[in-house]
Amino acid sequence: MTSPDCILETRGLEKRFGGVVAIASVDFRLKQRELRCLIGPNGAGKSTFFKMLTAQLKPTTGQILFDGVDITRAQPHQVSRLGIGIKNQVPDVFNNLTVAENISVAARSRHGKARAAAKGKDVMERLGLTALTGRLVGELAHGQRQWVELAMVVALEPKLILLDEPAAGMTADETNKTAELIREVNKSAAIVVVEHDMQFIKQIAQTVTVFHQGRVLIEDTMDKVQGNELVREVYLGKSEDD
Amino acid sequence: MDLLVVLSFEALKAVASLALISVGLAIIFGMMRVINLAHGEFLMLGGYAAIVATKAGVNIWVATLLVSPLVVGLFGVVIERTIIRFLYGRPRDTMLATWGLSLFLVGLATTVFGNTTEGISAPAGSLQIGDYRIAAYSLIIIVIAIAVFAAIWAVFRFTRYGLIARSTMQNADMAAALGVNPSRVYAVTFGVGAGLAGLAGGVMAPITGIVPTIGAAYVAKAFITVIGGGPAILAGTVSASVLFGAIDQIITYLSTPVIGEVALLAAAVVLLRFMPQGITGRFFRRAA
Amino acid sequence: MTANWQGNGGLVAATVLGLVLLLALPQIVDPVMMIELTSYVIMAILALSLGLIWGYGGILCFGQSAFFGIGAYAYAIAVINFGDSTIPLLLSIVVPGLFAALLGYFLFYARITDVYFGVITLTVTLILYKVMGATSGSQYVIGAAPLGGYNGIPAVPPLNLPGRPDVALSFDGLFYLSGLTLLAVYVGLRLMLKSRFGQVVVAIRENERRAELLGYDARFYKLATFAIGGAIAGLAGCLFANWGMFISPDVFGLAQSAQVIIWVIVGGTGTLLGPIVGCFAIQWIATKLGAQQLLNANLVLGTILIGFVLLVPKGVVPTVSDALRRLKFRPYVAPLVEQRRVP
Ligand SMILES: Nc1ncnc2c1ncn2[C@@H]1O[C@H](COP(=O)(O)OP(=O)(O)OP(=O)(O)O)[C@@H](O)[C@H]1O
Ligand SMILES: [Mg+2]
Repeated sequence: MTSPDCILETRGLEKRFGGVVAIASVDFRLKQRELRCLIGPNGAGKSTFFKMLTAQLKPTTGQILFDGVDITRAQPHQVSRLGIGIKNQVPDVFNNLTVAENISVAARSRHGKARAAAKGKDVMERLGLTALTGRLVGELAHGQRQWVELAMVVALEPKLILLDEPAAGMTADETNKTAELIREVNKSAAIVVVEHDMQFIKQIAQTVTVFHQGRVLIEDTMDKVQGNELVREVYLGKSEDD
Repeated sequence: MDLLVVLSFEALKAVASLALISVGLAIIFGMMRVINLAHGEFLMLGGYAAIVATKAGVNIWVATLLVSPLVVGLFGVVIERTIIRFLYGRPRDTMLATWGLSLFLVGLATTVFGNTTEGISAPAGSLQIGDYRIAAYSLIIIVIAIAVFAAIWAVFRFTRYGLIARSTMQNADMAAALGVNPSRVYAVTFGVGAGLAGLAGGVMAPITGIVPTIGAAYVAKAFITVIGGGPAILAGTVSASVLFGAIDQIITYLSTPVIGEVALLAAAVVLLRFMPQGITGRFFRRAA
Repeated sequence: MTANWQGNGGLVAATVLGLVLLLALPQIVDPVMMIELTSYVIMAILALSLGLIWGYGGILCFGQSAFFGIGAYAYAIAVINFGDSTIPLLLSIVVPGLFAALLGYFLFYARITDVYFGVITLTVTLILYKVMGATSGSQYVIGAAPLGGYNGIPAVPPLNLPGRPDVALSFDGLFYLSGLTLLAVYVGLRLMLKSRFGQVVVAIRENERRAELLGYDARFYKLATFAIGGAIAGLAGCLFANWGMFISPDVFGLAQSAQVIIWVIVGGTGTLLGPIVGCFAIQWIATKLGAQQLLNANLVLGTILIGFVLLVPKGVVPTVSDALRRLKFRPYVAPLVEQRRVP
């Protein structure tokens, strides 16, 4: 069915909300350990696409294959166990638990007590969260909560990581660190990144897919995409640096 | 043949009673997504209002059809203004507060009226169908239920309040978008829901008699009907009343009323397994 | 590591305090009050079971008395038939646990909302009340045990040494057994909440979707929490049947369900101490109210429930401990606290 080097494939994937077609017949393929950027104007359907991949939304029609397994009708926890981790667009964390507890819950989903503790410690060090371990996540700044969510996803050691606007609300410095982290994690996992920040995209991009009105407009290298007439039209008059 | 007529008449009466005792609860649930746990006690108050008024010399029809809904409706508005409005956006706490109200009202009624059953006699005789006799009051309940649902339908369909109510059911922010103070909508809704509970309590009083704890006897069925029906007030209450009224009636006919209620509960739990939003959440997304 | 050690230190201290109270109370409290106190202790176990389900599992169960009553009836019916109380005791835990699991399967796997869950559980207990009430008459007999309708089952035999029906538990013995059970359930739950299972349960309460995206099946964890809570409530029901040597459908009544909720609300959700404190306080008030005939108990309980929901929604224990923490640490922590209030 799928070629062996393909970790994710969608066929004719579609999502309607009443009359609104959020995703219209998307055929998407991602190779093992690929780093893909997904861009597109507001409302293009990027988050809806991610939510279908992680079973947070049920597709109207179409099929999702992950690592050779049909996950179209799976439950969210099953998708996670198969190896997909997601950072949602709005911070999605356990606000009344501490940073350490948040990450421990994630790590223990995959590992026994000792390994989970080691993994959690390692992840917190890598993301510079060690100083915050005892703090309640709900009390942290927006950017820090994004880091906690990233740390949870990394602690899962997924085969595929979906990041929905990971740099939103971060300072330039934090954004650079995020890019660095993505490149490092990419050594062992395929990653799809949704972002509006073009500077950030340029830092990490290999192949870029552009969504527009629920469809794939173009899929190419960053340079080609930037030079593309259609893409300019779609973005015309829109400030995309927010 | 006559038996068939009598049986279908009894089934119709069961459906009508179920719809009547549930509709006040359904209105509050549909609009505010909260179950009023004092619903049974509102019915109880309606019953006492009818009895007290009748004893004071008021005509029994005026007492059950006018005094009961008005007294309990006004009481509902007072409760909304003094308790419920502080709890908007906190559905759990709202339910808990109405539960407190339920206990409070049982205690109050026990203190005032004592723990004995009071009654008024049904103001109608019986009808002969072939060899069978049926209570004429059952017919009256059916007529009242139809009248109540027709009136609610008309209000939803033709009045400004109806428009606001329908849009609020779809989306709580909608009322605000229409330039209406949502808190006023909720106050009116709570009053109307309470008033309909009062009406049902008044109408049922001649059949059941009234004790302070009678609410508990009513509410299980009303809860099941409203939850099984889902958030659409009319379509939900009617469809669930028909479904559950029929199940209740058939099982009761085959065994006992208590087993009938067990069957209702089992049916509702199984139904929710497949339609977690109730019947209307699944089939009539846009119905009122 | 330090936090862990401190946590265990607290637990050891609580255990020692509990044991001291257990030994000391019968020496200082008069015998009539001991009877009341034993029932408070039994009810505190019931309160803990809801404290787990609601406070930690975030599951809005309005019908905890259903499991309590099923446990009591299971024990009563079985012990009348078996004579020896060992298997009846186990049944009083297993039967309500399984019933909770079955109900939970339908409700959690349908992913119904809070409001629905609360109302369905309440309806279950209301209907159990009617069902057990309708069992008067000689045809309603299970083995040697007549169910007795609203009159209930009288003369329920007490617990005995396993295998020795002739060595029955005395009333003093019941106090010690109930106290030890309360302590064991408290310590057991504290330990459970520290384990991976407990951590996940709390995480699901905090953010169900995130927990699922981390690979945990929220439906299963809720089901398990609910079944454990049901089993604990059933054990309390067994002790209650021993306390009164009698059991009637009133255990399923609306008043009983409401009481459990009130104990937990008053004491405070999200703690284990809260439900115990709330239970003792409210029961003590109820005893005092019962002794005088001026105010109806329902009137007072209803007022307390409304008052707490409106004015002290967190409950006593969390409110007091927050206040203490603030007072004690204010001079040192105040600047940090201000800083923490970042939006
Ligand atoms: N739950 C929902 N119900 C109805 N419509 C929805 C829902 N979720 C998304 N939509 C619609 O689907 C379309 C795609 O939304 P989506 O959030 O996927 O866009 P996006 O590309 O992530 O946009 P952004 O860049 O702003 O995050 C939009 O038109 C949106 O209004
Ligand atoms: Mg988005």
